[in-house]
Parts: sequence; structure tokens; C-alpha cells
Amino acid sequence: MKRALAVAALALTAACGAPTSHNTGVYLLLDTSGTYREELRKAEDVILYTLSRLEPADSFAVARIDTGSFSEKDIIAKTSFDERPSTANAQKRAFAQRVQQYIRNTAPATHTDITGGLLQAIEFLNEKNSGRKTILIFSDLEQDLAKGYVRDIPLEFQGFEVVALNVIKLRSDNYDPRGYQGRLEAWRAQVEKGGGSWRVVNDLDRLDGIL
Amino acid sequence: MSISMLLGITPWPFVSAAIWAVLLVAILYLARHTAHQAIATLTGALSRGLRLAAHAVAHGETRLAERNREVLLAAGREAKERIVEREFARVGETVRKDLANYPHLHRALAEAIDHIEKDHQQAVEVPPEPPGWVKAVETVAKLDARNGGGGEVLADIHKSLIKAHKEAMDSYRQASAERHELLRGMMPRWRDVQVVLAEVNKKVESLLQRAAGIDRQMQEYEDIVKREDKAISVLSSSSLMHFFVSTLVLLVAIGGAAINFSLIARPMAEMVGGTSFIGIFKTADIAALVIIMVEISMGLFLMESLRITRLFPVIGALPDKMRVRMIWITFCILLLLASIEAGLAYMREVLLQDELATTALLRGTEATVDNEFLWITTAAQMGMGFILPFALVFVAIPLETFVNSLRTVVGLLGIGLLRIFGLLLRVLGNGARHLGTLMERLYDLPLFVPLWLEGRFQNNGRQRGHKVENLREATP
Repeated sequence: MKRALAVAALALTAACGAPTSHNTGVYLLLDTSGTYREELRKAEDVILYTLSRLEPADSFAVARIDTGSFSEKDIIAKTSFDERPSTANAQKRAFAQRVQQYIRNTAPATHTDITGGLLQAIEFLNEKNSGRKTILIFSDLEQDLAKGYVRDIPLEFQGFEVVALNVIKLRSDNYDPRGYQGRLEAWRAQVEKGGGSWRVVNDLDRLDGIL
Repeated sequence: MSISMLLGITPWPFVSAAIWAVLLVAILYLARHTAHQAIATLTGALSRGLRLAAHAVAHGETRLAERNREVLLAAGREAKERIVEREFARVGETVRKDLANYPHLHRALAEAIDHIEKDHQQAVEVPPEPPGWVKAVETVAKLDARNGGGGEVLADIHKSLIKAHKEAMDSYRQASAERHELLRGMMPRWRDVQVVLAEVNKKVESLLQRAAGIDRQMQEYEDIVKREDKAISVLSSSSLMHFFVSTLVLLVAIGGAAINFSLIARPMAEMVGGTSFIGIFKTADIAALVIIMVEISMGLFLMESLRITRLFPVIGALPDKMRVRMIWITFCILLLLASIEAGLAYMREVLLQDELATTALLRGTEATVDNEFLWITTAAQMGMGFILPFALVFVAIPLETFVNSLRTVVGLLGIGLLRIFGLLLRVLGNGARHLGTLMERLYDLPLFVPLWLEGRFQNNGRQRGHKVENLREATP
């Protein structure tokens, strides 16, 4: 009722405004390294939850973090939902099926290139020109680059919201928690330096605020 | 110049303060007359300005009241004209129907009366003819009894008399029976006449009632035309009542429109896309709202074409042929829109089920159990989608009443506000006048010493003057 009146009152004036993008773009990075592979089942829940929250015309991509993550080949599934809600629902179902298949059959990666994955995510979401850009990192945030990969490059996170999910503690972190805190702090600093916002959500039962 | 400097003109601050005080009082005393004039001029101007504004507001209030009165009378006159016009139309219709029926009634009545008259004539009792033997009796009576011939004759007469009497009685009984039969046959005719007359009476009474109603309306109309206060009062209270009632009904209609909106907004996304925006609003929402607005507009035009409302005089003044065409066109558009809404309501249910199934899949829960009564909600939604556009057609009636009564209500509110504003201005004007007097008194407050001295001097001078005058009067 209120919405209807508001629409009636402002439709004409609003029509004259500049077009703005209202859709959301989400890029989820999945850590498939040996230390984190057991957590992938939880990632499936996060992906399904994300799918349920997305609207028609939103974009969603799920990519793995492996030895060299700055590659389109690492994208497991990606889609831009149709404007019609019924078609978007069908796309969501197909997307969920692809992700579930991948998680069941995935092989562990030898190295962990998180920066490469982030670069790929930035590129993907900028290309989609979404109104709201969110990068979800499902990882322990322990970067382990293979020899020859250069990732010491500044990242441009302007307009991005980066959410680290399920950042588990490594065995070494139990001996020295400063390692865990240092990792989180380093990533936070890098994201905020690039102009983005940083958040950590470890309680996967409380995902309400991530989108 | 600081306080310490002011107090430093003598070695003793108290003395310095006293000197300054004396100087200040002296200056104020010298400037007293001018200051009083300035205060009086200022507050007088302010007071006059405020009173002038109050007069202007009062004048505006009077004009607004007059305008409101005119609006009220015009609206009342128009409403009464409509009522009287409709009453006359009804009377005309009744008279037309009854007059069309009158020849039939007249014929039935005349036939019944003819029959009754004929039967009545036939039922008249015929006096029996005097019997022939009466003369014979007279002749026999004149015969001489001594002749001895009368006894036999009398015996024969007696026989004949008995026989004739019997025949006459039989004939009389038969005639009476026939007459009673005829009279019995008249009963249904009487009843027919009674029924016909009762029918005529009923119709005449109905006409008389209508005539009494028209008389009452005409009396009220005359009161309005004569601009009587009673009529104004009645119209004013009616207008307020109409305003509140129509507002209530409009609120109900807005609720219906909101439900209609929620029925079609979601499936509209399938037609115009769920993500396109006009400004900050979804195109689907705007499209749904536009459909509802178009339905309401069509309803208004339909009501205007049917001459139920009179919001658009152009439509009411159209030729009848054009008006009927307009009725059909608007009705067809409404029917189409209602059908579209019913389809969208069905689509809404389908989408809802699809979304529920997807959500269940994504949450990893089992899909919802098939609900065998789902068709009821689907049918209810479709029914609502179809009926609500037609229900919204009737919004035109309270809308017209609302618009008409709003003019009066806004006028009354304006009068009330102007009255309050005028009162406020008058109070402020009087306040400004008294403020001037107060300021003069406050100005004089620090000058009480010189004023007291001035008073004393004036008294002494006056007393001295009196003494001189007394001496002059005393001197011969």
C-alpha cells in the first residue's frame, strides 16, 4: 500500500533521473588446497544460500583457488540470471546442480593462489558492471604460491565488499595465534588499501548479513 | 570603554558610579519627552498595522464564508434539482404505465358495471297480475242468495281458487329462484369491480406519496433558492457528513486497490522484467499501478457515461448514441483488464510454487507436499483479480461526493483558520498598544527622583499661582 503510493507519487520525477544499476554481482572463491578440502561441504551450503538470496539479473560465479587462480578455467560455474523470475529460478536450480557435482568430484590443489583468484574476481565483476559487488572467499587465507608466480601487485577494490568465510585455524595457529591474526590483518589491510571493505564471517549459521 | 575605565573617573568607584548614574538619569530625563513620543509612535504603528491586518483577515474570512455559502447553495441546488428531476421522471414513468393501462381498466370496469346493471334489471320483482276470479267473486256476491244458484258456483270458484293459488305460488317461487340466481351471479362482478378499484386506489396512493415527496423536496429547494439560514445549516452538516463517509469509503477502496496491486505486481515482472527500474522503482511495480489506475479511469468514464456521476460534464452532454457506445467501449476495456488480471493472478500462484520449489531445493529440504486444496487459493486469487477491477468502478461515486464535499470542508477549514489568525492579530495589536504604555512606564522607572522633584515644583508653582489669584480676588 505504502509502496504503491510511493510509486505513484515519485514515478514521474524519478523517471527523469539517470539510470542506475540495481543488480548484485557475487564471486565466490573456493579454496581447494589439501588443508581446506574437508571444508568444501560447508561451501556447498554457502553457495546454495547465496543462490537463494540472489534476484533476477544478478550475476554469480563460483571459482576454485588452486595453484594458479588467475584464469577463466578456474571458474566452476557462472551465470547472469534472467530478468524473468521463472527463468531465473530454473537457472538457479541448474547452477546448484553444477556446483554440487563439482564438490563431489574435486581434486585437491597443491598450492593456494588467493591473490590470483581475487584478480579474476575483480575482472569478472567489473565486466558485469553490477551495482553491488561482493567477493566471498571461502578459505583459511593461507596463501601458498608456486614458484614463478608473481602476485606482489596492488589490487583495486574500489566499490567491492570482500567477505572471508569460515577462516579456520591451522595447526600452527594453535601454537602461535599471532599467525592467524597476522593473516587476517594482512588481508584486511590489503583490501582496505585497495579501497574495499573487509569482513570476516566464521559462523556459517549466521549468514544473513553477507548479502 | 570598559567598566573599570568608567568607574575610574574618580579615585572612588562608588562616587564614579554615582556620577555616571546622575548623568544618565539627567540625560534620560532630558530625552524623556522624545523617547515617549518614539515609543508611542513605534507601538502605535505596530498596533495599527496589526489591527489593519486583522481587518483584512476578517474581510477575507467574510469573503471566504460568502464564497463557501455560494458553493454550498449551488451544490445543494444542483443536488435538489437532480432529486426532483428523478422524482418527476419516476412519477412520469408511473403515470405513463398507469395511463397506458387505464383503457383496459376502464373497459373492465364498464363491462363489470354493464353486467351488474343487466342482472339487476333482470332481478327486479314483477308484481303478480290480479287473478281473473276476483271479478267472478264480485258477480257472485251481487247474486240474490234466495235464487239458490250461488252454492255450486262458489264451490267451483273455491276449487279454481285453490288451483290458481297453487299455480301462482309455483310461478312466484320459480321467479324468485331465478332472481336469486341472478343476484348470486352478480357477486363475482362486484368482486371484480372491487379489485379494479383497489388497484386504482393503490396506484393513486403511490402517486400521492410521490407527490408529497416532491412537495417536500420542492420546499427544501425553495429554501435554498431563498438562501435561508436553515437550508445553509442543513447543507453544511450534510456536506460534512458526506465528506467523512466518502473518505471512509475511499479508504476502503484504496485498500482494495492495494490488494489488487499485490496480486499483479509480482507476475508483472514476468512481462516487463523483474530488474528494470524507472528511477528507484521497479518497472513491474509501476506497470501494475498503471493498470490499476487505468481500471479506475475506465470505471469513472463508465459511471459518467451511465450518468450516475457528473465529474466530467463533457461526457454527460454527449448524444445518447455516443454515450451508449462509450459505455460499451469502457465496459469492454474493463472486461479485458479484468481478464488480464485474472491471468496474472494465476501466474502469480504458478510463480510462487516455482519459487517455493527452488527455495526448498536450495535449502536442501524436501519439496513441499502436493496440496490438493491448492486450486482453491488459485481460484480465489483469479476471482479476486477478475472482480476487483469491477468493484473499483464504484469508486467513482464516493470520489464525486468527496470532491464535491471537499470544497465545502476546505472552505470551512479556511474560515476557521482565518478566524483564529484574525483573533491572534487583534490580540497582538492590543498587546502592542499596551506594550507602548508599559515601555513608557519602564522608561520612567529610573527617573523617579527627577519626576518626583518635577511634581513637587509643579505643585508649588500651582499653589503659588492659586495664592496670587486669591490675593488678587481679595484686593478690592
